[in-house]
Amino acid sequence: MGFKILEKIQLGPDSTLMKIYAPYVAKNAKPGQFVILRAHEKGERIPLTIAGTDKMKGEVTIIFQVVGKSTKHLSLFEEGEEIHDFVGPLGKPTEIENFGTVACLGGGFGTAVLYPLVRALPEAGNYIIVVNGARSENLLILENELRDLSNEYYVTTDDGTKGIKGFVTDALKKLLEEGKHIDRVFAVGPVPMMNSVAKLTKEWNIKTIVSLNPIMVDGTGMCGVCRVSVGGETKFACVDGPEFDAHLVDFDLLMKRLAMYKDLEKYSYELFLKELEEKRCPGKC
Amino acid sequence: MPGKMLDLNRTPMSKRSPKERIKTFEEVALGYSEEEALKEANRCLQCTRPLCIEGCPVHIKIPQFIKKITEKDYIGAVRIIKEDNPLPAVCGRVCPQEEQCELKCVLHKKGAPIAIGRLERFVADYEANLGVSEKPYIDSPKGKKVAVIGSGPAGLVCASELAKMGYEVTIFESLHEAGGVLVYGIPQFRLPKEIVKREVDYIKSLNVKVFSNFYIGRTRTIDELMTEEGFEAVFIGTGAGLPKFMGVPGENLLGIYSANEFLTRINLMRAYKFPEYDTPIKVGKTVAVIGGGNVAMDSARSALRAGAEKVYIVYRRTKEELPARIEEVENAEEEGVAFMFLVNPVKYEGDDKGWVKSIILQKMALGEPDESGRRRPYPIEGSEFPLSVDTVVVAIGQVPTPIIANTTPGLKVHPKWGTLVANLTTGATTKPGVFAGGDVVTGAATVILAAGAGKTAAKYIDYYLNNKNKPNIWEELFSAQ
Ligand SMILES: Cc1cc2nc3c(=O)[nH]c(=O)nc-3n(C[C@H](O)[C@H](O)[C@H](O)COP(=O)(O)OP(=O)(O)OC[C@H]3O[C@@H](n4cnc5c(N)ncnc54)[C@H](O)[C@@H]3O)c2cc1C
Ligand SMILES: Cc1cc2nc3c(=O)[nH]c(=O)nc-3n(C[C@H](O)[C@H](O)[C@H](O)COP(=O)(O)OP(=O)(O)OC[C@H]3O[C@@H](n4cnc5c(N)ncnc54)[C@H](O)[C@@H]3O)c2cc1C
Ligand code: SF4
Ligand code: SF4
Ligand code: FES
Repeated sequence: MGFKILEKIQLGPDSTLMKIYAPYVAKNAKPGQFVILRAHEKGERIPLTIAGTDKMKGEVTIIFQVVGKSTKHLSLFEEGEEIHDFVGPLGKPTEIENFGTVACLGGGFGTAVLYPLVRALPEAGNYIIVVNGARSENLLILENELRDLSNEYYVTTDDGTKGIKGFVTDALKKLLEEGKHIDRVFAVGPVPMMNSVAKLTKEWNIKTIVSLNPIMVDGTGMCGVCRVSVGGETKFACVDGPEFDAHLVDFDLLMKRLAMYKDLEKYSYELFLKELEEKRCPGKC
Repeated sequence: MPGKMLDLNRTPMSKRSPKERIKTFEEVALGYSEEEALKEANRCLQCTRPLCIEGCPVHIKIPQFIKKITEKDYIGAVRIIKEDNPLPAVCGRVCPQEEQCELKCVLHKKGAPIAIGRLERFVADYEANLGVSEKPYIDSPKGKKVAVIGSGPAGLVCASELAKMGYEVTIFESLHEAGGVLVYGIPQFRLPKEIVKREVDYIKSLNVKVFSNFYIGRTRTIDELMTEEGFEAVFIGTGAGLPKFMGVPGENLLGIYSANEFLTRINLMRAYKFPEYDTPIKVGKTVAVIGGGNVAMDSARSALRAGAEKVYIVYRRTKEELPARIEEVENAEEEGVAFMFLVNPVKYEGDDKGWVKSIILQKMALGEPDESGRRRPYPIEGSEFPLSVDTVVVAIGQVPTPIIANTTPGLKVHPKWGTLVANLTTGATTKPGVFAGGDVVTGAATVILAAGAGKTAAKYIDYYLNNKNKPNIWEELFSAQ
C-alpha cells in the first residue's frame, strides 16, 4: 500500500517536483504544513513541505532539493513508482490574515516552502513582495509561478548571474531604505539567511515569521529531536511549529543541532553515490 | 495432590552470555526447551484456590494452562491463555511477572514461584513454530464500523476482540509500522520484532484493516471519523508518547537524546544497521542514562550494543526503588552497566561545537515516603560534581501527546497528568461513542494492563452499540463502578 508518484518534473539541476497520490493528506492540508516520507523500506523519515494539493485528484505536491542520500534516492524514483510511507499533514498551518504589505523571502529549498504561502496570501487581501534568492541563476526555482503571484518580484543571486548580486537580505534592506513600508516578513531558507533576515527586521521592528527546518524523525511530537529554543522556551518544531517568530528563535542552537550527523550523512551519501556509479557502469567505463 | 513432592528448584532459562550478547541485538533470553517446560510445569501444585490468577491483571487461567503443558497438549495450553490474553508471546517475555502472577504464586513464599511467564512464552512460541495459528470463531458481520486509534497493545487487543464479535474494525496508526511501544520502544534483544509482526498479521487475518501513516488529529479528526467516515464508535489507544525533559540548563546540547528518540532510531528505524538502513545514530564512548525504569534499562543496554564503552545509569533514589523489572536490572548489571544512585543532573556542559561533554550531578538523600510510597529524594546543597560523558539519554518518563485532546471537542484531560479522563471499568470517555484505554488513560504502565484495557473497552463498545438508543446509556457507561 504505497503512495504513487503521479507526476515528476525536474525544476533545476538539483530540484525536483513530485505529485504524490495521498488523498487523505490532500484533503486536510493547509499552507505551512508538511509531510514526512520514507521513500523505501530501509529509508529515513524526512520532512518536506506540502507545496500544493489537488483535493479532487487526491494529489499532494512536494518540491525538494537534493542535499544528501535520502533526497538523492527520492529523486531517482520515476512516475508510476510508489513511495513507501507518506504521512501528513503535519505541523501547524500558517496564520494567514490581511497583514497589508508582506515580503516573502526564499533562499535555496526555502523557496519551495514559501510557495504555498505566497499562493494563499493574495486571497486574504495582501500586497505581496517576493524575493527569490539562490546561489546562481541555474539554481533558481519557481520563477514564473512566484512572479505571477506577486505584486513586486525580485531575484538575488550570490554570484550576480541574475537579478541583484547579493543575498535576499540585501534586496530587503534596499527596499526598506528606499522607504517601502512592510508590515510583515516571511523568510524561509538556510539558517544563516533566516538569521540575518531576523537581525535586519528587528532593527526595523517588523514582525517576521520563519519556518524552521530542524532534523525530525517521527514528526508527531514523540521523540524531541526537533527541539528548538524560542524565547528561551524549548519547543518541538514538528508540533509547535514549524513556523515561529524570528525575533525569538535561537538560530545558533538550530545551526548546531542541524550539524549533529554531518559526518555520518556525508559518509552514507558518498557510499550511495559510489553504488550508483557502479550500477551505472559495472567494471570500468 | 497426594504424594507429590514439593520441588523448589525453579527451572532456569538459558540466556546468551553477557559477553556474547552485548555485541548483538539478538534476543538475550532463549526460552525453555520442551523438557525444561515440562519440568517446570510439573512443579505446579494445581492449587484449588490458585492465588496466581489474582496476580494476573487479565486473570489467565494459569493452573489450567499449566496442566495442559504437563499433558503435552501445548496447543490446548495456548488456547486457554488466549481466552484472556491475545498476546502471550509478548507478555510471556515482558510482563513484570515478579510483581504479578509469580508474586502471588503460593510457592513464592518458599522462594521458588512457578515460572509462569516462561511457560506462557514456551507455548506461544511452540504454536508460532508450528506456523498454523488457528483462526478463532468470528461472529457473523454486524455491519457496524469501529475505529481504533493507535496500534499498541491496547489498540491491537481491542481491535481483535471487536473483529471476533463481527465488527468492521480499522486501526489508524501514525507511524509507518504497527505495534506501538512494542516496535519503537522495547528493543529487539528483549522482544524480537518478528513476534510483534506475527501478532499484527494475526489481527489482520481477522479482517481488521490497518492504516499506518495515518495521524489522527491531523490526517483526520475523531469527529470526522464519526460524522464523515461512518464509524459508530472509536477506541483511543494512543499511549503515552511525549517524552519528558527535566528542563535543566544545557539539555538541548548535541548528544542529548530523549529515550524515545534514542530507542526509535535504534528499534523502529534500525539505526544499528546504518548505513544499510539510512537513519544514523551517534553513540559516544561514555553514555549516561538518566532514570531507573524499564525504558532506562533498555536505553542503557541498547547503548552498549551500539558500541558504547562505558554506560552509567544515573538514578536519584537507591537500588531498592528502581522501578525497572528485576530481571532487566540483573541483565544490565551482567552486561556491565554501572549504576550511580542518589544523584541527579542539575546542568549539562558542552564544548564549543555544542556537544555535551559533562553532566553536573548533585548528590541526593532520601527523606519521607511520598504519595507513591517511595521515599522522596532531596538534594544535598553544595554536593555537585561533574561526570564526563559524550552521550546522554533522558529516560525520566512519558506523558500522552496532546494532539488528540486538542483536536477533539468534548474529550476531557486530567489537568495534571495530561491523560484522558475515562471510566476504568468500561473505558468510556467524556465524549459519547468514544472509549479509551492503555497508557493514554493510566499514564505509562505495562503491556498487559494496556491489553486488558483494550479488551474491556471492546466488551463495552459492543454493549454500547447494542444499546445505543437506551436512555442515558452514556451516563451509565461513564459512571459505571
Ligand atoms: C518542516 C520541514 C520542511 C522541509 N521542507 C523541505 C522542502 O519542501 N524541500 C526541501 O528540499 N527540503 C525541505 N526540508 C529539508 C529536508 O527535510 C532535508 O533536506 C532532508 O531531510 C535531507 O535529507 P538527506 O538524507 O537528503 O540529506 P542528509 O545528507 O541526511 O542531510 C543533509 C542536511 O539535511 C538536514 N537533515 C538531515 N536529515 C534530516 C531530517 N530527518 N529531517 C530534517 N532535516 C534533516 C541536516 O541539516 C543535514 O545536515 C524541510 C525540513 C523541515 C524540518
Ligand atoms: C522502552 C520501553 C520499555 C518498556 N518495557 C516494558 C516491559 O518490559 N514490560 C511491560 O509490561 N511494559 C513495558 N513498557 C510499557 C509498555 O510498553 C506500555 O505500557 C504499553 O505499550 C502501552 O500500550 P498502549 O497500547 O497504551 O500504547 P503504545 O504502545 O504507546 O501505542 C500507542 C500507539 O498509538 C500511536 N499513536 C499515537 N498518537 C496517535 C494518533 N494521533 N494517531 C494515530 N496513532 C497514534 C503511536 O504511534 C503508537 O504506535 C515499556 C515501555 C517503553 C517505552
Ligand atoms: S499475562 Fe503476565 S501477569 Fe498474566 S499470567 Fe501471563 S505473565 Fe503472568
Ligand atoms: S499458585 Fe503457583 S503452584 Fe498454585 S496453581 Fe498457581 S502457579 Fe501453580
Ligand atoms: S520530530 Fe520527533 S518530536 Fe518532532
